[in-house]
Amino acid sequence: MENSSIEVHNLSVSYQNVPVLWDIDFTLPKGQIVGIIGPNGSGKSTLLKAIMGLIPLASGNVKVLNKNLSLVRDQLAYVPQRETVDWNFPASVEDVVLMGRYKKGNLFRRLTKIDKVIAQESIEKVKLEKYKGRQISQLSGGQQQRVFIARALAQGASIYIMDEPFVGVDMSTEKTILDLLIQMKEEGKTIIIVHHDIQTVSNYFDYIVMLNTRLIAHGPTNEVLTEENLQATYGGQLNIISKIQSIIKEKEFPLREKGFEDK
Amino acid sequence: MKDTIIYFFTDSVAFKVLIGITIISATSGIVGTFSFLRKKTLVGDAIAHSLFPGICLGFIFSGTKDPFYLMLGSLITGWLSVWLIDVLTAKSKLSSDTSIAFVSTFFFAIGAVLLSFISGSSNGNQSGLKDFLFGKAATMTNDDINVFVFLSLIIFLVVILFFKYFQLISFNKEFAKSIGIKVNLIEFLLSTITVLTVAIGIQSVGVVLTSALLIAPAATARYWTNNLPKMLFYSALIGVSSGVLGVFISSTKENMPTGPWIVFILFFFILLTLLFSSNKGWFSMVRKQRINRQKMAEENVLKVFYQLAELGVKNVTYSEFLNKRQMDTKELTNTIVSLIKKGFINNDFQLYKLSEKGEVEAARIVRFHRLWELYLTKRLNFKEDHIHGTAETIEHLITPEIEKELLKELKFPTADPHNKNIPY
Repeated sequence: MENSSIEVHNLSVSYQNVPVLWDIDFTLPKGQIVGIIGPNGSGKSTLLKAIMGLIPLASGNVKVLNKNLSLVRDQLAYVPQRETVDWNFPASVEDVVLMGRYKKGNLFRRLTKIDKVIAQESIEKVKLEKYKGRQISQLSGGQQQRVFIARALAQGASIYIMDEPFVGVDMSTEKTILDLLIQMKEEGKTIIIVHHDIQTVSNYFDYIVMLNTRLIAHGPTNEVLTEENLQATYGGQLNIISKIQSIIKEKEFPLREKGFEDK
Repeated sequence: MKDTIIYFFTDSVAFKVLIGITIISATSGIVGTFSFLRKKTLVGDAIAHSLFPGICLGFIFSGTKDPFYLMLGSLITGWLSVWLIDVLTAKSKLSSDTSIAFVSTFFFAIGAVLLSFISGSSNGNQSGLKDFLFGKAATMTNDDINVFVFLSLIIFLVVILFFKYFQLISFNKEFAKSIGIKVNLIEFLLSTITVLTVAIGIQSVGVVLTSALLIAPAATARYWTNNLPKMLFYSALIGVSSGVLGVFISSTKENMPTGPWIVFILFFFILLTLLFSSNKGWFSMVRKQRINRQKMAEENVLKVFYQLAELGVKNVTYSEFLNKRQMDTKELTNTIVSLIKKGFINNDFQLYKLSEKGEVEAARIVRFHRLWELYLTKRLNFKEDHIHGTAETIEHLITPEIEKELLKELKFPTADPHNKNIPY
């Protein structure tokens, strides 16, 4: 598709033989705020990681701006979940945001003045200029989330991929992030957000992907966010699959031996 | 001790040993910082144990104690252990600490067996190998030191060149991957320099204690700074100080091993840090607690004076005070003395009275207390008989900004839930 930001074809991912994503197929538009929604364990974060090329795919492929990921990597900026890092790391807000300026080509060189200016601007955009020099463990959860977003802004990408940026943040952070997203959209950026709070979906997103291990629906929010699709995503028969997945996980069922499926 | 120090700076052999130990401990401090930040503190220990068979193998194959062969052997088994730990953790159900414990003891056992072979053989050159267990800096030869200096320089260079890579994968691996960094390759590099560092560290502190030289300086340095380059520098500094002091002390007596002394000193540094470090240390905590306690006592006394004044008692005696609120007499005396010094209370022989300044301050505390009680009942739906206890604490914490917000939120109330006047 001409105007697509991301295309996903027949994508499947499994963790230790348990399928987490099955045959996902969709195309996302450019310049919109896209929500990927689904219940816990529906494979949302996995889908992001698959798009970013962070995990191996069982099948399928991903195109970013109609190209292979490796050719357009610097057009993607990733905001991981806040809890995935240890915030006790010896770094200030500025140090972390400057990491957004690290590129494959400049890692052996010193950062330039321009890098510092861009980092400063990014920090201002998320309203953390007062905390610029502060050790990152001394920030609130919402402020830490904003540090991650500022780091992504500093990357200067055209597509932003965020994993649950609204989890555990205070009201003022939520508002700051939302205002920022709208501003970014006006600048023509594409923003893809994993989100699990169904109440806020229609306020936040122009376009949604509804996911529960399988793709349930995707399209403009007002068309796709129907009772029927919600039922299919959050309730319904697919729930049985997620239950089985969680049983496998909880009881630590022995993994199947290799080659077993072929017999 | 003084003689020892003079000896080390005048005798050229001893001086070289000193240089050697300085370089070894600085390298350990720097490389260990990354192990510490990546939460791989136990891996250093595993590597150290796994180098032991490598050293023995190097000796068996070359027949000499040439540091090149010993290094080569230890590099191979050290690497093998890192690889084995990763594989076991990823592919088996063993958790990472189990894998580490298993691999390190297994390799050490192999080393012990090999050493018994060497000791049994007729090769007369093996005596020094036992020093690898606890370390003996004084046995370092000229060749050893040259090799260490060379390797350390390479390690320094790698850390400087790859600083951003190491920083990135230590903090946020997923992000590093997302910008296209080959994380596996960088981890391989980091593991390699860790193995090399441990291999040269063994010379000074020995197999059993090397992980202390790797981890303790970093753990100590973390208390003193929130900045990674500074942390690397402090860590190196702490490593060098303990290394050098350890060598001095251990050389005062013949046949005293270096390693244990270095570890003692490292431990001493950690102890000092836990007690004295500026923010997280024990002393600063005790000081903060004392300050808080005094502040609370002073504010409580002022509050009681205010309440007594509300009842018409303006000139207060000790017994009137203690009737209103129980307090240790000695603490009360100390607090009143301090309040008199600050000009909040005036005294006329045994009668005490709030000064003008004291009245303002006392009104402020009573106001906070009553505002908070009102807030709890109005906004958080607390029952009126449940609010006094928390207000007793919160009144000491409310800042002017919070006061402003409370006043706005409660629309400048005049009476608290118990119908007492809120003073402004």
